[in-house]
Order: sequence, then structure tokens, then C-alpha cells
Amino acid sequence: MSEKPVDKTKIRSAKKMRDLMTTYYLDALSAGQNNKQVAWITSGGPVEPLVAMDIIPVYPENHGAMIGSAKMGEDLCAKAEDMGYSSDLCSYARTDIACAVVKGGPIGGLPKPDMLICCNNICGTVLKWYEVQARFYNVPLFILDTPVCHTGYAPEIAEYVRTQVDEYIVFLENMTKRKLDHDKMTQVGKLSFEAQHLWQKVLNTTAHKPSPMSAFDAFFFLALIVTLRGTPAVVDFYKELIAEMEQRITEGISVVPNEKYRLLWDNLPVWYRLKWLSASFSAHNACLVADTYTSAWCGAIKYIDENNFLDSLAQAYTRIYLNIGVDQMAEEMLDMIRFYDVDGLVMHSNRSCKPYSFGQMDIMNIVRKQTGIPVLMIEADMVDPRSFSQSQVETRIDAFMEIIKQREK
Amino acid sequence: MIYAGIDIGSITAKAALIKDDHLLDTIVLPTGYHHLNAGIRVFDTLLQQTGLDRRDISAVVSTGYGRASIDFADKAMTEILCHGAGAHFLHPGIRGIIDVGGQDSKAVLLDDQGRVENFAMNDKCAAGTGRFLEVMARALEVELDQMGEVGRQADNPSKISSICTVFAESEVISMIARQEKRENIIAGIHDAAAARVAILAAKIRIRGPVMMTGGVAKNSGMAAALEKRLKMSLIIGSLSQETGAIGAAVLASDL
Repeated sequence: MSEKPVDKTKIRSAKKMRDLMTTYYLDALSAGQNNKQVAWITSGGPVEPLVAMDIIPVYPENHGAMIGSAKMGEDLCAKAEDMGYSSDLCSYARTDIACAVVKGGPIGGLPKPDMLICCNNICGTVLKWYEVQARFYNVPLFILDTPVCHTGYAPEIAEYVRTQVDEYIVFLENMTKRKLDHDKMTQVGKLSFEAQHLWQKVLNTTAHKPSPMSAFDAFFFLALIVTLRGTPAVVDFYKELIAEMEQRITEGISVVPNEKYRLLWDNLPVWYRLKWLSASFSAHNACLVADTYTSAWCGAIKYIDENNFLDSLAQAYTRIYLNIGVDQMAEEMLDMIRFYDVDGLVMHSNRSCKPYSFGQMDIMNIVRKQTGIPVLMIEADMVDPRSFSQSQVETRIDAFMEIIKQREK
Repeated sequence: MIYAGIDIGSITAKAALIKDDHLLDTIVLPTGYHHLNAGIRVFDTLLQQTGLDRRDISAVVSTGYGRASIDFADKAMTEILCHGAGAHFLHPGIRGIIDVGGQDSKAVLLDDQGRVENFAMNDKCAAGTGRFLEVMARALEVELDQMGEVGRQADNPSKISSICTVFAESEVISMIARQEKRENIIAGIHDAAAARVAILAAKIRIRGPVMMTGGVAKNSGMAAALEKRLKMSLIIGSLSQETGAIGAAVLASDL
């Protein structure tokens, strides 16, 4: 009998990544038994001080993505609505609030937090969401308020946020009854900086034609930079992943067979439809080579001073993609369109994520005017499948690809 | 050479034949439950009435919601592209299309070659579609094809504020209970639906001349409400409903 042929298009590092995430969640779930504290933190929150103080960070948003991918979003969203929350509320918030009560989802709910860290650089919903959870678990909540930088980073903003970073450290010292070890903080900062650099390098590999991986892979490999940045594991893993991507490039292995069209994705993924969306685009020989979402975890690297991490943290966390003006967002998108040399832009108008979806019409018009590439708008939701209509999206994707193909003629 | 286009919509199935850049004939039949059967029926009936045989047809393109079910088609293409090609075939100067069909409505921007530049579709809500009008016609006991005529006799159009079809229906029912005039309610319905469609046109910054296609183009009240909203006149041909099928046949000749 002959051996089963190895599928060369599969990314081998995926298994290791899954193992790392499993270990991380097992550690987090058993934190109480190991006398470790758990902090829930927003996806855009400054996690490095937590890592430096040996507190396990847990991300309700990453958990929300897991719930979406596991197609468990509908029941949990409905449960939250039963509890009285509006169906217009973000589906990450809805599933998290419901999960805390019913202990549902793919891992039976998150470990109970000892404290909550909420940074509003990603949205305003997190404020009320974390207040709800602070009441439910009866634990202290720290809020880091980062004003929106519509045009630039004013000195008033710098001072305002920098002061809060000091308060954040004091909060953590009070919670742990330990002083922050500044040497360790520096070390964690350097690791975080390096991890963000490496993550950017991972994403940059898709500029190669054909692309060795797609945005759908980036959505998956993203979990590590979100949850474990500041630890050596992330640095080691992304080095391996880059090596694998470079090898794929050398061997000419593409993620979409016969890649002919290259696309850019905007907004969060539609977690419960990743496979279907990937197949729908692949059927047109189109690869989503890049996205604005996963690059948000390395987009502010230019503001980080690795030798003075705590001081630069304020600016780096305030000037992230979702906390800047629409003009600047469009600029960043235009840069990506050029760098990845894409033929079209796919925008997910995400019912859940208002700050991400709000400026899309304007950005769409700017992109069309500046580049002339076709832009597709898909209405959906990242976790709640009730906001997704397959036949509608199918027709839109087909028509969008027809337009791109027609342009070649 | 003869080419065929088959458009399987949510309510009606359409077919068209073109020969040497001339339109031979078209047909419209109800779709029913089975998309493939509807395709076979509409295609064979059209061949029968033109005295042709399947062997006479060089290529077939299918379109509409049931496009993927038509297994005998050479290619399936979206109704967006087909309406563009159809409108360009019928009226080469057309630069914008407003297509209101049974379950969706869309606005399409064309370049001077009839190629699609941009489009916008309604989200998964039925407001502003043929289905919306159908629900309202039933609630008001008016034949669907009479709605345009009745609505145009309104003296004081009612105001429908609900966006959702289901809520709008209950709003209409409460108007019936208040004994508002049927003509006025219908005019209000047309205006509410037109408002939804006008948003799509604005999204793509539609430019004239604009053709209205799809089954709802036959509703003169809806067309008038749209013209008022868009502040431009719409070109509505006698083949508005068949435009997608005609475009499919045109694209079949390009295969």
C-alpha cells in the first residue's frame, strides 16, 4: 500500500500554534490552583505590564472569535438577548456576557477574572461591557482611556494617557501586592516589540506572488500576537512561521491554487464562515492576501521605543488603527493596496463593530477615487450568523469577481 | 448564431433569444419551487413558440438567484452583469440601472461600454423589493399589477415610517383600521419602497441616463415615486422584466 500523499499546501505550523493556544488556555483555566491571578483585558489593551507581573491575561474577544469559529455564536447571542441585551449590541459582548452566566462555548467559559483591564482604543462598547462583567464577578476594573486621534497626537493626549499608564502600574501593584520589576518590564517590552516586528514580517510574506498564505491564515495565526505578546513563545513561533513561509515561496507553494487575483480584506473576519468565504474566493482564483485587521497588532510599532517601553506604550496604544481618523485609515489602506498589489478591496460591514464599520463608505470612495480598483461591501456580523445571508453574499462576490475579470479584457 | 439567456428570479423565470445582435423573442413564467424545472420549462416553451430546437442554440448563460441550478447552461453569471449587458443592448447610452426584483433591489453603474463599474444591493431585508409590494398588495386586497394605477390616484399619500416589511405591514393594517384611503396608503407604500432603493442609487452616485429594470419597473406608481426621489426621469422599456435574460443571451454570444 502506498503512503498517503502529504498535502503540501497545508501550513505545517498550524499544529504547533494550536498546541500553544491549548497550553495557554489550560494554564489560564488552572490559574487558581497555581496561585496565579487572571486579568481579563480588551484586545487592544496594554498587556505587557500584566506579563511582567506574572498575571495571566485572558481575552474575551479572542474567546468570542473562538465561539464564532465553533459556530456557537447564535445560541449565546440569543441567550444574551433573553437576558435583556439588545440584538444591536456587539456579538463579542453578547456572547461573553451570556457565557459568563451559562459557562457555554467551546471551552466551557473563561476562567474567573481577578481583575478587568479595559482600554477603549478599540471601541466604546468595552466600557459598559467590562462594567457589566465587573459587577457580575465583583472584581476591580481598571479603565485606560485613550482619546481618538483624529488628526494627530496632541501633547495633552500624550500627558493624559501617560499619567494613566502610571496609574495602571499602581493598580496592578495593589492587586498583586508586589512591586513592578522594571528590569522584567524592559525585557517583556523588548519581547513584545520583537514579536510585533516578526508578525509584520509574517504578513509581509504575502506580498509575494503567488501568496504563500492568505488573510484567512492570518486570522488564525493572529491569536498568538494578541494573547501572548511579551512572552518568548511568540517570538520563537513566528520565527518558525516566517521560515516556513519563506520555504513555501522558494518552492512556489501558493495557498490558492492558480492565484490570479489578489484582494484586500477590511474589518473583522466572519468567523463562522471562514471556510465558505475562502472557498468562494478561491473558486475565482482569488486570494485574500492581506487585511486591515490582523495588521492592527503591529501597525503602531513605529511609535514603540523598545528601550523605553512604558513611556512609548501610551502613544503606541493610543494611535492604533481603530483610534485614528478616517483619512489616516484610508491612507494606511492605500499603502496596503500598493504594497500587496491587490486587484480589489472586500469590506465587511460588520453589524457588531461600529467603529470599524463607521467610516467604510468614505474609505471606499477614497480608495475608488485614488486607485480605481473595485470595492465590494458585504453585510454580515463577526459572530452572529443571523446577520449573514449566504445567497446575497454569494451574488455579491460573484458579481465583484466578474467586474475584476471584466477589467482585464 | 442564436444565443439564449435564462434568468431564474425568486418569483418569475425569464428567457430570451438573440440572433445576430437582434432580439428574437422573450418569455416570462412563474418560477415555482424547482429552479431547474423552471429553467427547462421557460427555455423549452420559448423554443417552442419560436419554432426552434435546442440544437439551434450556440450557447446558454443562466443568471438570477437560481443561476447555479441550470445545469444545461454553458455558464452562470450574476444578474448584476446581465442587467448591465441587457440594458446596454436595449439602449446603448444607459449609464445607470435600478433593478427592483422579487427579493432584492440593486443599483448598477455602467461605463460607456456597458461594463459594470460599481453596484450596490439591498442587505438581507426585503424592504424596497417586489416581495415588499406583494405583501402590501395582499394586505390591501389589490392585484399586484393594479397597484401602480391605484396608487397614482392618491390625493394625500400616507406616511409609512417602518423600514421592516413586517412592521410596515402592521403599520398598513392599522391605517386600514383607521379607514385611510387605499389609494393614499398605496402611494405611501411606493414612496417608502422608493426611499430604500434611492439609498442604493446614492451609494454608487448614480448618473443618467438611468434605466429601471426588473419586475417592479412595471409598477408605474413605484417608478413615479423613484423618479421623484432621484430627481431624474427613468427609462422604462416594455422589456424591463426580461432585461436580465436578454443580457444573459448577450453575454452568451461573448463566450
